[in-house]
Amino acid sequence: MIRNKSLVSINDYNKEDYLAILDLAEQCEARPVSNIMQGKVVATLFFEPSTRTRLSFESAVNRLGGRIIGFSEAGTSSVTKGESLKDTIKTVSNYCDLIVMRHPIEGSARYASEVSGVPVINAGDGANQHPTQTLLDLYSIRKTQKTLDNLVVIMVGDLKYGRTVHSLLQAMSEFNTTFHFVSPDELKMPGEYKMHLENLGLKYYEHKDFTNILPEADIVYMTRVQKERFSDPMDYEKVKNVYVLRSNMLEQTKPNMKILHPLPRVNEITEDVDDNMKAYYFTQALNGVFTRQAIICSILGLDQK
Amino acid sequence: MKKDRKHLSVSAIKDGTVIDHIPAEKLFNVISILGLDSIPNQITFGTNLESKKLGRKAIIKIADKFFKETEINKIALIAPTAKLNIIRDYEVVDKRQVEVPDEIIGIARCMNPKCITNNDSVITRFRVISKPRISLRCHYCEKITDQEHLEIL
Repeated sequence: MIRNKSLVSINDYNKEDYLAILDLAEQCEARPVSNIMQGKVVATLFFEPSTRTRLSFESAVNRLGGRIIGFSEAGTSSVTKGESLKDTIKTVSNYCDLIVMRHPIEGSARYASEVSGVPVINAGDGANQHPTQTLLDLYSIRKTQKTLDNLVVIMVGDLKYGRTVHSLLQAMSEFNTTFHFVSPDELKMPGEYKMHLENLGLKYYEHKDFTNILPEADIVYMTRVQKERFSDPMDYEKVKNVYVLRSNMLEQTKPNMKILHPLPRVNEITEDVDDNMKAYYFTQALNGVFTRQAIICSILGLDQK
Repeated sequence: MKKDRKHLSVSAIKDGTVIDHIPAEKLFNVISILGLDSIPNQITFGTNLESKKLGRKAIIKIADKFFKETEINKIALIAPTAKLNIIRDYEVVDKRQVEVPDEIIGIARCMNPKCITNNDSVITRFRVISKPRISLRCHYCEKITDQEHLEIL
């Protein structure tokens, strides 16, 4: 079902697809280095820089024995000469088996998938979608909790603009999740996502600070509250220290609880948390490589065994 | 007797299309969307007519004009209550309820300024996620354009 199909949005996959990818990612983790991509070329087209995501994809391809072509910012491509996205994609799709694309314009990945001769993986299109991040989040959750069902997930920070929390909410809503949203008023979870949960009969609770909900959590998903999201800088000053996770806040939390963060982190998780067993964000980044290997293998129809 | 007077206020056409039950305040939008201000056909319209359903309605009669489905879709987006009567030789030969389709291609603008359709020469495409109060989900950027922000191209 996934084979030869582009992955543009988390909505392109259903629950079965998620689980198939996660199972394959487990196999990739067990055997991260192989040669099954020998002779395959992946183009990583990064119209805006995202070092972390690009390196994760390139690491995934390299460890499977594939080759990489591409560019890491639009300045070094023919885009600066005024070439349209359509022409770039149509040309590059002649040179490769798969395109991995990052672009600041929302919807660009869907459009690219429609003009491309090869499948396209969306590595982020503006504030819209970043589906491989969501799948690696799911992988990290299942790996640490041994299940995806009936978990309590606390999402913290910028829930209005954060695409990672929106996509994760959509994906986790398939697994009877209970959600807690912790954010300033300015950055609350948009109504359409809350309505989505209501339609499914799932429970969610909104909070302005952590209060005493941390002990309930199986997963705490942290995101960065950015200054530029506030129209009044005073509003930012008021809340900037409210959405910070510190080591002493973890004392009453469940033993299985894990802290996730899509990274990069700035100050929303203090460094003293890093040494805590419940800090999982760096391993989460490693899981990204296995998950991306699984996605690439599924789309190219490569058998990991 | 009453019926006869009504006939007077909207005189008959021999062949063409009557668009009835347009919300009165949408009349000029409908005229502009269908490009009726720039066609040579004979057109009569009435507005602020009494309507039990709409309060005040408008009606347009266009002689010798028969709409294609895509044109009708354009009307449906701003005047979903509109009804079309197709007239041949003074008789109503077909009645069509204007319906909002499930998918809308190239008619509305996506309200997201960062959407590819507002930045590149890409034709807009939406899934209609709610009717009759229109709500459209962009096929590209996945953002929702609601009735309030609906702009016809």
